[in-house]
Amino acid sequence: MKFGIVVFPGSNCDRDVALVTRDILQQPTRMVWHEETDIAELDVIVIPGGFSYGDYLRCGAIAQFSPVITAVRQHATAGKFVLGICNGFQILTEIGLLPGALIRNRNLHFICDRVPLRVERSDLPWTQNYSPAQVITLPIAHGEGCYHADQDTLKQLEDNRQILFRYCDDGEPSEATNPNGSMHHIAGICNKQGNVLGMMPHPERAADPVLGGTDGLALFQGLLAAATLPVPTGAGC
Amino acid sequence: MLGTFASHEEIANEGLTAAEYAEIVRRLGRHPNRAELGMFGVMWSEHCCYKNSRPLLKQFPTQGKRVLVGPGENAGVVDLGMGLKLAFKIESHNHPSAVEPFQGAATGVGGILRDIFTMGARPIALLNSLRFGALEDPKTRRLFNGVISGISHYGNCVGVPTVGGEVYFDPAYSGNPLVNVMALGLLETPEIVKSGAVGIGNPVLYVGSTTGRDGMGGASFASAELSQESVEDRPAVQVGDPFLEKSLIEACLEAFKSGAVVAAQDMGAAGITCSTAEMAAKGGVGIALDLDRIPVREQGMVPYEYLLSESQERMLLVAQPDRVQELIAIFERWGLHAIVAGNVISEPVVRISFQGEVAAEVPTSALVEDTPLYQRELPGEPPTYARQAWEWTADRLPVCTAGGIEVQANQTWNDVLLLLLDSPTIASKRWIYRQYDHQVQNNTVLLPGDADAAVIRLRYEGDAPTAGNPGVAATVDCNPRYVYLHPYEGAKAAIAEAARNLSCVGAEPLAVTDNLNFGSPEKSVGYWQLAEACRGLAEACREFDTPVTGGNVSLYNETLDVSSQPQPIYPTPVVGMVGLIPNITQICGQGWRSEKDAIYLLGLRLDISSPSVSLGGSEYLAIIHNTVAGQPPVVDFELERRVQAVCREGIRRGWIRSAHDCAEGGVAIALAEACISGQRGAMIHLDLPAKSNDALRWDQVLFAEGGGRILVSVSPTQQTAWEAHLSTSLGNDWQKLGEVGTVNSPLEILSVDNFPLISVTMKDVSDCWSTAIERRLSSQDSL
Repeated sequence: MKFGIVVFPGSNCDRDVALVTRDILQQPTRMVWHEETDIAELDVIVIPGGFSYGDYLRCGAIAQFSPVITAVRQHATAGKFVLGICNGFQILTEIGLLPGALIRNRNLHFICDRVPLRVERSDLPWTQNYSPAQVITLPIAHGEGCYHADQDTLKQLEDNRQILFRYCDDGEPSEATNPNGSMHHIAGICNKQGNVLGMMPHPERAADPVLGGTDGLALFQGLLAAATLPVPTGAGC
Repeated sequence: MLGTFASHEEIANEGLTAAEYAEIVRRLGRHPNRAELGMFGVMWSEHCCYKNSRPLLKQFPTQGKRVLVGPGENAGVVDLGMGLKLAFKIESHNHPSAVEPFQGAATGVGGILRDIFTMGARPIALLNSLRFGALEDPKTRRLFNGVISGISHYGNCVGVPTVGGEVYFDPAYSGNPLVNVMALGLLETPEIVKSGAVGIGNPVLYVGSTTGRDGMGGASFASAELSQESVEDRPAVQVGDPFLEKSLIEACLEAFKSGAVVAAQDMGAAGITCSTAEMAAKGGVGIALDLDRIPVREQGMVPYEYLLSESQERMLLVAQPDRVQELIAIFERWGLHAIVAGNVISEPVVRISFQGEVAAEVPTSALVEDTPLYQRELPGEPPTYARQAWEWTADRLPVCTAGGIEVQANQTWNDVLLLLLDSPTIASKRWIYRQYDHQVQNNTVLLPGDADAAVIRLRYEGDAPTAGNPGVAATVDCNPRYVYLHPYEGAKAAIAEAARNLSCVGAEPLAVTDNLNFGSPEKSVGYWQLAEACRGLAEACREFDTPVTGGNVSLYNETLDVSSQPQPIYPTPVVGMVGLIPNITQICGQGWRSEKDAIYLLGLRLDISSPSVSLGGSEYLAIIHNTVAGQPPVVDFELERRVQAVCREGIRRGWIRSAHDCAEGGVAIALAEACISGQRGAMIHLDLPAKSNDALRWDQVLFAEGGGRILVSVSPTQQTAWEAHLSTSLGNDWQKLGEVGTVNSPLEILSVDNFPLISVTMKDVSDCWSTAIERRLSSQDSL
C-alpha cells in the first residue's frame, strides 16, 4: 500500500507518520511536497500534524491554497484514503472535505496528553481492527482541537455515523474527560463515504511499543487489510 | 567613517566604561563612530566576551574522551558512539522574559535551537530551567503564564519536543525570573559544521528572516544619526517566528548536507556584528559585508541599527563560491531569504559598507580577542550573610516527637508532608508540561513527570526502530537555596544531583552545559558567589568525569526587596547534563511498579548523622519554619559515584524496577512522589524506635536532604541477587525500607515499634500535590 505524506512548510509530524508507515509497517512511503500536483500513484494520503504556514491566520487557512490540495481533493473524490491528523484534520475542514471546524481549546491552553477514546464504529477500514466500542488511548497535542459545527451538521454526523472517535471516560463520553470542549465529544470524523478521516489525536504517536502505548497502530493496520478490499461506498446510512 | 569623541552618556549607553572607551580609541588609533561604538558595546559585554567570568570559567574541565567540540563553538558536541554525535547547549533569556515574558521566553527557545542546528544537528529535545517569585504575587503569575505560553508556542510550533525541566518558586526571583533553555540535537551532517570563516574571496550569505529594529531596547538612541521615526518604531524585545525557524532548520540541514557550506553562524545577540566578527576571528580572516544587500522589514534604518538588530531567525553562511545558486535555491524553496551580502577577505577586519561607503571598520582581534578582562579579588572571608546563616543548627528548631512538631500549632508529620507536597517547587508541574508538546518526533521514551530525567530514543531517519536502540538522557538541575547558602557546596550539589538524576533512568553521565545566573560581579558578595560556585562546579565536573562543553553567563540579575531595594537573585548555576543509554529497554521511571516489590534506600542510612545530610537549606526549613539558613548538605563524591553506579547497574541488569532520587523534601517526599507516580502506596518500616533518646530528630529522618540518596524498588524474586550486589558494592550505605502496596493503598511510615509517623491516603497526597500550581493560578481569577 503506497503512502504519501504531505509536507507543508511548518508540518512537523510528517516524519513521525513515516516512522509508522515506512519503518514499522514497511510500506512504500514518500513525502509529498506541498507544491506537487501528481499523487496518482498513492493509495493513502496523510496530512500530518504541525503548524502549516505557521497557522497565523487560522489553522489550515493558508494550506488550502497549496497546489497539492487540488490533488488531495481528486484523491478523495476517487474514493482513495485521506487521513488528516491534528493540523491535517483542521486543513480537511478548511478545504471542505470534512464538515465543521476546530476552534481554541476550552481552557485556551495547548494540551499535550494521553486521552481515552471510544471507537464508535468498527466497520470501516480505519477502525476494522478495533472491537466495537473499544476504548483506546491516544496522545493529543493541540491548541485548537475543539470540534465545532452547527446543529444540523452534528445531526447529520450522528445520523450517518460519521463520528469514529469520541473522548470518553470508562467508555462513556463525559464533559469531565473531554479535554478541549469538542461538541458531542468528537475526536475524529469521516466523510459520508468513509474514505476521508480527520482526527485530533495522534495515532502515529501510539504505534511503537518502545514508546509506550500502541493503540494507534491498529488504525494503520486496518488500512493495510483494506488494501485488498473494494473501496467502501456509503457509510452505513 | 571617522568618529568623534563620544560623550559619557553615549559610552555608558553602550554598557562601556570610560576606561574601556579609552582602550577602544587606543586600538583603533581614532575615535569610533556611532556604529563602531555600538559594535564594541555588545562585543565587550559579559554576554559576548565573559569579561568578568572568563578567569573563573578557565578552571572548568573541558576535555574528555567523548568531547568532540568544547566551549567556543555554537554548541558542544559529544560522541555517543555508533556514529552518533550529540550537540547540546543551554542559554538564558532572563532579561527579555522579565520585560515581555511571552516573546522573551519564545525567542529564548528559538535562539538555543539555532545554536544546535548551526552545527549540522537536528534538534531532538528541549528542556527548561525556570525560576519565579512566589505565585501568590500577581506579577509573578503574569510572568509565569507568559513564559510558559511563550515556550509552549515556540517549541510546539517548531516541532521539537519539550521533554523535561525544573521550576523553583522563591521571592528571591520576584521581578527577575530566570528562563534557561537547553536544547539537544543529533548530528545529521557527516562533518560538524564550524563557525570559522574559510577561503579568501568566498561569498558570505545572509539567510533566513529580514532585519528590523527589534531587540535593541537596551541602547539609547539620543543621537542625531537616528531619525525620530526609528526611535518610535523600535520594539524593545525581539519577536520570534517559530514557523520561519522550522523552515530554517530544514533548509539549513539540507544546505549543510549538500557540502556547499564551509562555515555557519547563527545571529543571536548583536546579530550581524557578532556573527561577522566571530566568524572572521575564528577563521583568522576578515569579512566585508554590504548592508545595502540585507533584506529589511523596515525603511530608513541606519548602520547602527543594522549592526545591532536582534531580529530572529537569521544566519550567516560562508559558501563555496561556485555553489551559491544551489544554496539560494534551497532556501528559497523553503520561502526564506538567501542573498550574498559580502565575502571573506584576507585583512583581519570586519568592514561594513552602507550606501557605497565604509560605515564601520574594526579589527576582528579588537572585537573578539584580547577583549577586556576583569580579575577580581575574592574577599578575605565569606560574606556576613553566609557566616550568619551557617551558625544555624537544627537545635534552634522546636522540639519534635514521633507525633509531630509544635510550629504555631501542633503539626503532625502528615500535616508537614502535605504542606511540603503543596509547595509549588515540589508539587506536580503537570500544568506546565501539559502545555508543551513533549511527544512530537516520536522518540520520547519517558514522559515528563514519570522519571528523574528525560529519555529520548536515538535512531537514524529511515531505520526501523528496534528494541535495542540507544537513547540519550538529559536533565537540568540547581537547588539555588543551597548555592545561596554555600556557593561552593551548592554548585557541587547541582552537578551531583544532575548525575544522580541521569543515573536514576539508567544513563551514564557524559558532559555538562552550564548556565551561570548571578547578580553583579562588581559587588563583593556577588563575585564571591560566582567564584565559589565556579570552583565547586569545576571540582564536581572533574569528580564525575563530566566535562563542560559550553554554556552561558547571565550576570546583573537583581530583584527588588520589600523596600524596593535591588537585591541579587539567589546565585543559580543551572547544570544541564546529558547521559548515554546504550539500550532504551534498560531504563526506569520513578513510580512504583508492582505490589510487594521491595523498597530500598541507597546512600546514607536514615540513622546516620553526617554533614552530607542536612536540614540546612532544606525545603522543610523554608516552608514549615520560614527559615533559609544552615549548611546545605556536603557532597561526598565517593559515596555519590558508588550509589549512582549501583543504581545504573541495577537498572541494566533488570533488578531495579523504579528509581527516584531524594531531593527537596528528603526521603519522605521522595516516597510520596514514588507512590503518586506509581499510583500505589507503600508500607515503610524504619529501624528507629518512636521514643528515641538519640540525638536524631524525626524531622531530620523524614525531611533532611542530601546523602546521595536514591529510592529504588526491586522485584521480590530478584531480592537475593540484588542484596548480595548491594553488600559488595555499597557496604553499609543502603537499607531496606519496606514494600510497595496495592493500587491506591496508603503510604505508611512506621517506627520499629509500629508507631505511625506518617499515614496518608493516596487521594490526600495526590490532591494537594497535583493541584498546587493550578489552585494558586486560579485564585487570581476570583480576586
